[in-house]
Amino acid sequence: MSPRSTRLTLAAGSAVALAALLGTAACSGGSGSSGGGTAAGFNAAATGVVHPSTAKGGTLRFTAAQDFDSLDPQRGYYGFMWDFARYYTRQLITYDTKPGNASLRLVPDLATSLAQVTDGGRTYTYHLRSGATWEDGSPVTAQDVKYGIERTWAQDVITGGPIWLMQNLDDGQKYPGPYKDPSSDKLGLKSIDTPDSQTVVFHLAKPNGDFEQMLALPEGSPVKRSKDTGAKYGLRPFSDGPYKFLTYQPNKTLVLVRNDRWHKSSDPIRPALPDRIEVTYGSNADDLDSKMLGGDADLDLNQTGLQQAARVKVLRDPRLKASTDDPTTGYIRYVSLVPAIKPLDNIHCRRAVIYAADHKALQTARGGPVAGGDIGTNMLPDGVKGADVKYDPFGQTSNGGAPDLARARSELQQCGKPNGFSTTIAVRNNKPAEVASAVALQASLKAVGINTQIDQYDGAQTPNIIGVPNVVHKKGYGLIIMGWGPDFYTGQGFLQPLVDGRFILPNGNNNYSEINDPTINGEFDQAIATTDADKAGQLYSDINHRVMEDAYYLPIVYDKALLWRSDRLTNAYIATSYSGKYDFVSLGVAGAK
Amino acid sequence: MTDEAQAFLSVRDLKVHFPTDDGLVRAVDGLSFELSRGRTLGIVGESGSGKSVTSLAVMGLHGVGQYGRGRARISGEIRLAGQELTTAAPDEVRRLRGREMAMIFQDPLSSLHPYYTVGAQISEAYRVHHPVGKAAARARAVELLGRVGIPRPDRRFDDHPHQFSGGMRQRVMIAMALVNNPDLLIADEPTTALDVTVQAQILDLIRDLQREFGSAVIVITHDLGVVAELADDILVMYAGRCVERGPAERVFRAPQHPYTWGLLGSMPRLDRERGARLTPVRGAPPSLINVPSGCAFHPRCPYAELTAGASRTAVPELREVARRHFAACHLPVADRDRIWEAGR
Amino acid sequence: MSAYLLRRLAAVVVMLLVVTLVTFGIFFLVPKLTGGDPAALFAGRQADPAAIAGIRKKLGLDAPVIVQYARFIWGLVAGRDYADGADVTHCAAPCFGYSFKTEQPVWPLLTDRFPVTFSLAIGACVLWLAVGVATGVLSALRRGSLWDRAAMTAALAGVSLPIYFTGMLALAVFTYKLHWLTVGYVPFTQNPLAWARGLLLPWIVLAFLYAAMYARLTRATMLEILGEDYIRTARAKGLAEPVVIRRHALRAAMTPVLTILGLDLGALVGGAILTETTFSLQGLGQAAVRAISDQDLPVILGVTMVAAFFVIVANLVVDLLYAVVDPRVRLA
Repeated sequence: MSPRSTRLTLAAGSAVALAALLGTAACSGGSGSSGGGTAAGFNAAATGVVHPSTAKGGTLRFTAAQDFDSLDPQRGYYGFMWDFARYYTRQLITYDTKPGNASLRLVPDLATSLAQVTDGGRTYTYHLRSGATWEDGSPVTAQDVKYGIERTWAQDVITGGPIWLMQNLDDGQKYPGPYKDPSSDKLGLKSIDTPDSQTVVFHLAKPNGDFEQMLALPEGSPVKRSKDTGAKYGLRPFSDGPYKFLTYQPNKTLVLVRNDRWHKSSDPIRPALPDRIEVTYGSNADDLDSKMLGGDADLDLNQTGLQQAARVKVLRDPRLKASTDDPTTGYIRYVSLVPAIKPLDNIHCRRAVIYAADHKALQTARGGPVAGGDIGTNMLPDGVKGADVKYDPFGQTSNGGAPDLARARSELQQCGKPNGFSTTIAVRNNKPAEVASAVALQASLKAVGINTQIDQYDGAQTPNIIGVPNVVHKKGYGLIIMGWGPDFYTGQGFLQPLVDGRFILPNGNNNYSEINDPTINGEFDQAIATTDADKAGQLYSDINHRVMEDAYYLPIVYDKALLWRSDRLTNAYIATSYSGKYDFVSLGVAGAK
Repeated sequence: MTDEAQAFLSVRDLKVHFPTDDGLVRAVDGLSFELSRGRTLGIVGESGSGKSVTSLAVMGLHGVGQYGRGRARISGEIRLAGQELTTAAPDEVRRLRGREMAMIFQDPLSSLHPYYTVGAQISEAYRVHHPVGKAAARARAVELLGRVGIPRPDRRFDDHPHQFSGGMRQRVMIAMALVNNPDLLIADEPTTALDVTVQAQILDLIRDLQREFGSAVIVITHDLGVVAELADDILVMYAGRCVERGPAERVFRAPQHPYTWGLLGSMPRLDRERGARLTPVRGAPPSLINVPSGCAFHPRCPYAELTAGASRTAVPELREVARRHFAACHLPVADRDRIWEAGR
Repeated sequence: MSAYLLRRLAAVVVMLLVVTLVTFGIFFLVPKLTGGDPAALFAGRQADPAAIAGIRKKLGLDAPVIVQYARFIWGLVAGRDYADGADVTHCAAPCFGYSFKTEQPVWPLLTDRFPVTFSLAIGACVLWLAVGVATGVLSALRRGSLWDRAAMTAALAGVSLPIYFTGMLALAVFTYKLHWLTVGYVPFTQNPLAWARGLLLPWIVLAFLYAAMYARLTRATMLEILGEDYIRTARAKGLAEPVVIRRHALRAAMTPVLTILGLDLGALVGGAILTETTFSLQGLGQAAVRAISDQDLPVILGVTMVAAFFVIVANLVVDLLYAVVDPRVRLA
């Protein structure tokens, strides 16, 4: 998932004023629900399935303030795109359609079973299920799977998507991608074999226990070569799922309709309940909330949570609150402490910052316990093997999140800065909650004499500013406020880009602290190489402990979002696999019109 | 002047007051005069003496377009051909305007609408009062344009005001005023905005037209020279009142009021050498809100001392000093004659 | 006259060139100053240096800025070819290129969105002219009256309240509370009634703001003109007061209104950003906002050029109308 999508909020200030106004407006009609459903209760979909049903028909109505980065399976990186992609793409394997952490289990989709792993974890073999077809009726073949994955290599055309598969399947061939592939069938990548139309064999450069996690991403989707339109493919992907595109104009309109050539018998995953799926785009997030609360839409495509105005209203009214869920999103909001900036090279000064921080105030700045999230304790989010939210080395949740000024002062003593020091907090100017966090941090650090100045940089230029270590050094950014969510729920999918020294990049870097600890790097190698998930979890837990003990990160919150589900939704549940979003592919609508 | 019964225009005790935030402005304060057909009256005074306000009151233009505050309070009597105007319905007065009485304004450029052709503006004036078609109105307008001395009037009909010279523009104004053959023509400073050479032409034109049309004419000016050869009678105004009036020939030969003397002193005369002893009026016109007590002119009058204080306390009445020649001055008549003769 | 028109049209072309040059300059200079690379923004989360280089190449950002500019201008005039992975695509003139973000061709995007913004602007304009001018004239004629004071107070509110606020208020009341009106764009050619109904609320909200400005402007102008000598002349002719107002005063009062109208309408067609955002109308303003936040240069250039074009054309039309209204103005 890319930096989390934000809605265009024009006037956060007016939102509060408007909340009261909307309170009398949107729902006074009384029938917020149309159709058969009733409000199932707060967090009902976070713990189980709301309104289980197999009834087909009706139109599922999404609203969206932000459009997909791309609907091209090999290019999309937004979390909601991955969730949505299962409507029109299939993968060899995918996430189970179960609520909560049960969704993290991988199950076969196009493949008949999970991989046969051989050659010490280097070779993965899949057999394709028969009966899977494209929207023109032609069968989905092993060659289509290979071609789709090959597209990722064409990094000058297929831009912006994840490159996990490319990194793990690159055996030094310098494959240029299918568009510059000299072979006639454009299947020149040597690390994937397709001995027949039903068999795909992957040859990894090195063993990677998370390889199937990567294959479950839309990046692993097949693409039919004759239907590939290159860079424009995302405007009209060719479907092998239960729905196909009727119309798509970016930022304007998107309608999916049933793909008549898809057969339920070939697909164990997708119930395909609605007849039609529509996305209504809007630029006014408050207005979109009003649409949902007023019953004119079912849920938010972006899954970023209700805006402040609607949130205030929903939390005040138990009847409305019963139509919401408040899941964690897998995101951790944190402060990166940069040892390259003195005196943060000294661990005691870093620890002083963490102890002096007012965790409760930071949580409030994020939006409080419901919209912001639970106070963070360490750098592995719940759901990842090896995570333990109770691991709280700095006692951030003790004393209700109050700062521990005594310990902060003693750490400053040991750092040789008993009277404190000065540094700069870097924060994106287009994320109000992050700016508020910076202000809260500044205020609490001042209590122990750590004086900070806040530098709000152009949020659109994030990869060019904090993503460039040279710029960070030059500007003296000692504390960097950011957020991060997992691509997939393992230590590799979440933590590696943040703490593995080999991921320090000259541009677009995410390891802002420039942690380059051979022990940590080595533990990643071991964890990745093993196919034993428990063993890997133990290693990731260990890495997490090292990072925390060295005080590179101050976790702020485990992010949460207050999501609205209309009462006509059936089969609604929150999937951890999609970062705490409703599992779109399972949804149906009651009282189909 | 003629007897009242014969007077075509009769103004009696006219008062025009404007309430303002600073107080009541007494722009005209008890003015009376008469005028017959075929005669020309010159009303003379400095700016702010009430001459233009008088003419607008006669035209009934104080009531129109004065929305809300600032509306004029008019009392007294204005009779045009026997009809009382101050109490008449506004729409009746409107129907007389342009037809029975017309007006020429000081600045022809700003007084003509910049966006319409002169022909259209003259035709419009004609068609307000005559139910005729465009062609007939055009013919009439062209005729008048020719009559006021505009060459090739048929062509100039479609020109806009900015395409005319100053003198020609004033001719257009005159044509517009005469298009309905009015019985009363008021010319308010008709030559002030024009070159000296053009001034004479326009004055000649007004005189000729007056003879031809036989209208009663009021010429309003601050410059006695303008009315010297034009007017039959002269009325001198100061601070909203008449201070002297009489036949033109009498007023020029034996002016009775020191203010008139001053105006004559400021009059360029070809038969007088530079450095003559008569001097223009000193000082500035008085405020019309706080008019000086007694004779309003006394603060500026060099002879006020000769009145034994009367000029400060009593408002002088208009007294007939000779046949039809009236003056409002506390100076004894003998002193006036002596001073005037000495000054010549 | 035709020489004048030719000269003005030539000036339009020059202005548009300047606008594109400035837009180009801002787009490339600002990141250079902050040390950034537009390509990095289009890379995914795994910002592999090879991936960033690939993006730079694909977007044509690897060429010198001047070459990119020349390519852009050439595309506008003669069209250009894009190598696009699978095949080569020809983009016919006027070629504004393809969106960096969505890969859509920019020109159809502009022509698709233009009618929305144009409808919004025109409808609101008719409304605000009618309401604003009428209110202003009545206020001027009844200066100091209860009506005048009430109208001018409302106008002050109209000028001061932000569109976002009045827009949300209108939505809350008329859409969500009373369910009278829903906002949405339906092409005029498809259903004129639905077109008007779908835009009525934004029209009203937008017209409220502008009508307020125009009422104040009209009132002030009318008061000034009613004191003009030629109005006195018109009355002296014996014209009835309504005729004086309509034929003489109003015509003169329309000149300043026309001037402002040209600028406002041009700017509005260029993009009614706030109104479109508030009501989720998919017009040029929305395209501009998204393009800027997406650093989508071709779309930014396209919208900027359309906006500039309309501002310039609106000014030209105003100048021409000026000459029609006021015969003193010569076009030379």
